[in-house]
Amino acid sequence: MEFDPLLISRIQFAFVVSFHAIFPVFTIGLASYIALLEGLHFKTGNPAWAQLSRFWTKVFAVAFGMGVVSGIVMSFQFGTNWSNFAQMSANFLGPILSYEVVTAFFLEAAFLGVLLFGRDKVPRGTHLFAAVMVALGTFISSFWILVANSWMHTPAGVEFQDGMLHVRSWAEAIFNPSFPYRFAHMALASFLTGSFVVAGVSAWYLLKGHMVEANKKALSMCLWMILFLAPAQAVMGDFHGLNTLEYQPAKVAAMEGNWETQAGAPLLLFALPDQAAQENRFELGIPKLASLILTHKADGVVPGLNEVARDEQPPVAVVFWSFRIMVGIGLAMIAVGLWGLVLRLRGRLYQPGVFHKFLPVMIAAPFIAVLAGWFTTESGRAPWLVYGMISFAEGLTPSLTGWMAMASLIGYGAVYAVVYASGGYYLWRLIQGGMTDAEPGADEAGAHPKRPMSAGGPINPAMPAAPEKGEWS
Amino acid sequence: MIDFTMIWAAIIAFGVIMYVLMDGFDLGVGILYPFAPGEESRDVMMNSVAPVWDGNETWLVLGGAGLLGAFPLVYSVLLPALYLGVFLLLAGLIFRGVAFEFRFKATPATKGYWSAAFAGGSTLAALAQGIVVGAYIQGFETENFTYVGGAFDWLTPFSVVTGIGLVLGYALLGSTWLIMKTEGDIQEWAYRVTPKLLTGVLAVFLVISFWTPLVDSFVRDRWFSNLFVIWLLPAGALLCAAMIYRAVGRRSEGLPFVATMGLFIFTYLGLLASKWPYVVPPAYTLYDAASARESQMFLLLGVLFVIPVVLGYTAWTYWVFRGKVRVGEGYH
Repeated sequence: MEFDPLLISRIQFAFVVSFHAIFPVFTIGLASYIALLEGLHFKTGNPAWAQLSRFWTKVFAVAFGMGVVSGIVMSFQFGTNWSNFAQMSANFLGPILSYEVVTAFFLEAAFLGVLLFGRDKVPRGTHLFAAVMVALGTFISSFWILVANSWMHTPAGVEFQDGMLHVRSWAEAIFNPSFPYRFAHMALASFLTGSFVVAGVSAWYLLKGHMVEANKKALSMCLWMILFLAPAQAVMGDFHGLNTLEYQPAKVAAMEGNWETQAGAPLLLFALPDQAAQENRFELGIPKLASLILTHKADGVVPGLNEVARDEQPPVAVVFWSFRIMVGIGLAMIAVGLWGLVLRLRGRLYQPGVFHKFLPVMIAAPFIAVLAGWFTTESGRAPWLVYGMISFAEGLTPSLTGWMAMASLIGYGAVYAVVYASGGYYLWRLIQGGMTDAEPGADEAGAHPKRPMSAGGPINPAMPAAPEKGEWS
Repeated sequence: MIDFTMIWAAIIAFGVIMYVLMDGFDLGVGILYPFAPGEESRDVMMNSVAPVWDGNETWLVLGGAGLLGAFPLVYSVLLPALYLGVFLLLAGLIFRGVAFEFRFKATPATKGYWSAAFAGGSTLAALAQGIVVGAYIQGFETENFTYVGGAFDWLTPFSVVTGIGLVLGYALLGSTWLIMKTEGDIQEWAYRVTPKLLTGVLAVFLVISFWTPLVDSFVRDRWFSNLFVIWLLPAGALLCAAMIYRAVGRRSEGLPFVATMGLFIFTYLGLLASKWPYVVPPAYTLYDAASARESQMFLLLGVLFVIPVVLGYTAWTYWVFRGKVRVGEGYH
């Protein structure tokens, strides 16, 4: 059986980058949260902040570790499977990715060691400084990687010369047209992801009556964040969409499932795009709304897929549906923020109820939304690696055969299955084990003198069982 | 006009040796892991590298990104040529990386799996890196700046020997690191295994030294032409080896590790001297492989400022975690 190295390489990249991306998007938000908690504890001395910081640092350690190892894979994918792309774009992407390593990765790695293991080895102010440096590192990292990614969507400041791209303007290439929107969109996504995870876990602990004081504080903080950031993200997404309409109209046409350029285009709520027939089946839409959103006029003209040659069209169904999943979850997030506000105004935010049972379910939502968003934008760029300049086929490694690509795809699949199933299980156990109320300095090390050093710390055996129903009146 | 290509060659060469020395000792600790005297020792061994391994491994990522930035041809020929080997390397690094956290979270019944993942992953990563060195010495089949060889060209008896050599070499870095960072039973054990590992490393060193000129006429000409000054490099390596034997005999604590780093540096310089100025042997030189001048300059501007800062805070973290790691001591 023959495998197509191009198709397998695309599947492999989608697979390894998806498994990688869910960790940074969580740890970027969580790193800032930990730095904030450390800062609050440093300033007020309230032990609740220290309890929260210690617990979430343990979670951070496991998530960051999985992000690091899957990130090392990413830094070699360009060369192994897309070596022509690497060679052609190296003059720009090489320096950008190198800057990410020297300005962000080293910063994160070095200060993470101090954050995780140095609590009793350095003064408290230095420990806080380490937490801030880790958070800063995660941001610098996302800056550079989104520069690189945005440039692949809206390349600027470069020109071809002897088969290689040469940079004519670094400022134009770095601050390329889609970068500001993508960066803001991802930064908000990171904060929302961190907020939903912390809110979900805090709500679950409140249901269990575990560490009530600290978890009330955490829940309250996160719901304020969600209340403001979820709508802000919707606005930001709209700006990003308008930018995409300007520079990548085919992607927007696929997002809207719009085959023909038309005035007064409807917003489709449901459709089954049929790429072969170049039309939708079972369309259900709201008249004129897509035009209104995209052009801010009810009869505005929205470009359709008919303006792009068939072999340059993105896979419409993937883009169409992943976009809808992302937007649907985004709306649910806004609703959660409002629901929390209503409970808060009625003074019932901390009374265990349906809301607190729903929040843990919502932990999965930001991750699904982020992946769906990336599927929308990356599939929407197809068939281009660098939009309008380098196609997937041109970028592929020439010496790569179908079976080699298949072997590594199966290999990564097997490795990630073991590592991520275990990681997910250990994170679950860590959360199930609950928080410890030890003071900084009076570490639980004394109780477990022979344990090996692990940033995640031990699973706390003292987590109380859930109270019986009826105790919450 | 300043020769940026030469400056970048020096920076990348520096990054690679930093990686080899720093991740070398923590991979080495993983390689030695199954042979340690008891579970308590294994905990101490893991503790001795837990705060720094992530930073050490970042030098590998810098190697990847830096090559793409300064010598893209090396990146775009070596990675396709080593495709399946790179997968094994990364699989090894993934398993040993997550083992730091997972081993401790595991129940007693499954803890052994993560110990095995740590040891096996470390050994696999070291072996794969050593095989890369061997494949590099052999050279790559290219046409028109593209790799055209087969999927397993990198796997030869010669590259397997270099692979074993690097596993032993990293284990030596690991054992001398443990001499410096531990005490009691573990240190005793490390003192005992160090001379054995060194003997193994020297044996491979000799085999490769005789084998390489036989398989590669370019290397033979380099070493047996009139350039006698390069013979100082193997002489330096052997001097370091003698120092390790002596320092272990005298129960020095820091010197064996320092001398092992010296052994690595001299061997590494000898390898560079063998191939200079070819970076994608046998066909392409540094200048063939270099990126555009404006790209080299743009990256250099930042790196010249940032790398000293990185070295500064990296040194600081080592200072924070200085001294002996003791049984039962957590850094929390």
